Amino acid sequence: MTTLAPSPSRVRAITSRNISALRSGPEYWVTVLSGVFEPLMYMLAMGVGLGSLMTSGHWTVDGKEVSYLQYIAPAMLASAAMSGAVSETLIHFFFKLRYQHTFEGMLATPIRPVDIVAGELLWALIRSAAYIAVFLAVIATLGVTTPARALVVFPAGFLVSFAFGALGMVVATRLRGPQDFDAVVVGQLALFLFSGAFAPLSRYPEPLHTLAALLPLYHGVELVRGTAFGHLSLALAGHAAYLLALGVGCLTWTARRIELGDD
Amino acid sequence: MTGERVISAKGLAKRYDAFEAVKGIDFEVRSGEVFGLLGSNGAGKSSTMRMIGCVSRPTSGELRVLGMDPVKDGSRIRGRIGVCPQFDNLDPDLTVRENLYAYSRFFGIPRAKGRRRADELLEFFEIADKAHGKVAAMSGGMKRRLTIARALINNPEIVLLDEPTTGLDPQARHLVWERLHQLKRQGITLILTTHYMDEAEQLCDRLVIMRSGRFVAEGSPASLIRTYTQPEVVELRFASDDLRALAEKVDDLGRVEVLPDRLLIYTDRGNDVAARVRDRALGPSSVLVRRSGLEDAFLALTGRDAR
Ligand SMILES: Nc1ncnc2c1ncn2[C@@H]1O[C@H](COP(=O)(O)OP(=O)(O)OP(=O)(O)O)[C@@H](O)[C@H]1O
Ligand SMILES: [Mg+2]
Repeated sequence: MTTLAPSPSRVRAITSRNISALRSGPEYWVTVLSGVFEPLMYMLAMGVGLGSLMTSGHWTVDGKEVSYLQYIAPAMLASAAMSGAVSETLIHFFFKLRYQHTFEGMLATPIRPVDIVAGELLWALIRSAAYIAVFLAVIATLGVTTPARALVVFPAGFLVSFAFGALGMVVATRLRGPQDFDAVVVGQLALFLFSGAFAPLSRYPEPLHTLAALLPLYHGVELVRGTAFGHLSLALAGHAAYLLALGVGCLTWTARRIELGDD
Repeated sequence: MTGERVISAKGLAKRYDAFEAVKGIDFEVRSGEVFGLLGSNGAGKSSTMRMIGCVSRPTSGELRVLGMDPVKDGSRIRGRIGVCPQFDNLDPDLTVRENLYAYSRFFGIPRAKGRRRADELLEFFEIADKAHGKVAAMSGGMKRRLTIARALINNPEIVLLDEPTTGLDPQARHLVWERLHQLKRQGITLILTTHYMDEAEQLCDRLVIMRSGRFVAEGSPASLIRTYTQPEVVELRFASDDLRALAEKVDDLGRVEVLPDRLLIYTDRGNDVAARVRDRALGPSSVLVRRSGLEDAFLALTGRDAR
């Protein structure tokens, strides 16, 4: 059953439920807005603050010298794409699954687990898409990218959201309770700090270097930075393939798990 | 019952890890019937309901609902039944009306029709004045009514009601009974669990009593009363606390049961027994003869001790 494709009309029904929930109160909007402000603040603090102390010449993308602010800005887009998706599919999904029994109610209707997985992921992607749009405007203003290149950066950011949205669901179904959120926060911060957002991985000693190169956000950062600066290469295709495989794998796993998780 | 068979189970069992909650039950439900599942806490009623509702997979045995297999055709079956689960799982992010409307969308009901149906049901269960409020702001009984209303959004052919009236005040309970009677008149099949014997007695055409995952009795309320208890009960109250000693003095008159505050004598000649009790000058503070009910049969079958 899990192998069946999600039904578009049921996915739409779930999306329309999520849109109705948006009107439920200000709490949700606080979460949504904080997801944009966090990477924006990092960008300003690190890029403008720390960046002003840095001697030029250290920061290059594809051999071209860039300012530190320009160096980290695309990585903040990747990070926002990640956190938008994860906030939805990990934290919010977890509450819907365990505390609000939202899915329990849905599963008494023709809705199937695979529809829920697709519907919630779509919702996460919609939220991330809004974040990506904000950061595209930011990096275009900083001269990192051009409107034409933004057409490629957008799907790149979207792919990052897809992979992390699906990964978030896997984690959500594994959490024992909200006490595990602390671990999630630390894990997400580790990804954020060690994925080549603030310095090239080559600056890290081994084994940190190899380890960081395996992290999904590293591939997201490289993909977004590469496309933003208009540097298309085969390596980018590799990063994209990594993210795609991660997303598809996690989705399949989650759909199976909700299906069997009836008792 | 002349309706066609809408649910059938053979050797149906449900195991949770090592614990077997339903131990192989056989039953059939025909269209238009009101079928009751009674039993003490933990007897396996909800486990059975969840299997019929296609949200829990049978461990073994055969189950057909509307001629389909719940494991393979769960989604299609769920589209034609309505479920009021034992514990409300209303959507706290939505208003009362949105709860119904969103549910209609899950069934693929067109928008305009879904809105109309939501409004009808709010009226039907007398919660229309709460339509635009949050679910959290409703009282427990109102949430319960909303849950039952939600189960009807798709005009289901079968409605599964797991303790629908638990937590309702007497007025609300009567309202729900009346609504369920209306559904019954429309020929909708109802499967009901309840701990209220008066409810089962007045709603159910046929019922089964479950105990530790098995059926221990089956039949119409009247036939269960006939089979498992005497037609009449004499209730005796005394000023004295030593009811056990008093029980021995009347135990030749019928089956005697000692309750904390009174003695019950089961008999087919209530007035006769009452007269003979009076003759014995035991000085009861009150003697009452009443007809036996389903509760008497239920207690005879499942025992008085709470397990
Ligand atoms: N998900 C589950 N995991 C493990 N055990 C379960 C689960 N659900 C029910 N049980 C056990 O199965 C048995 C039957 O439970 P069930 O909920 O079917 O009883 P019930 O007849 O509905 O009781 P009640 O009148 O209290 O609602 C109980 O012993 C219960 O502890
Ligand atoms: Mg129950």
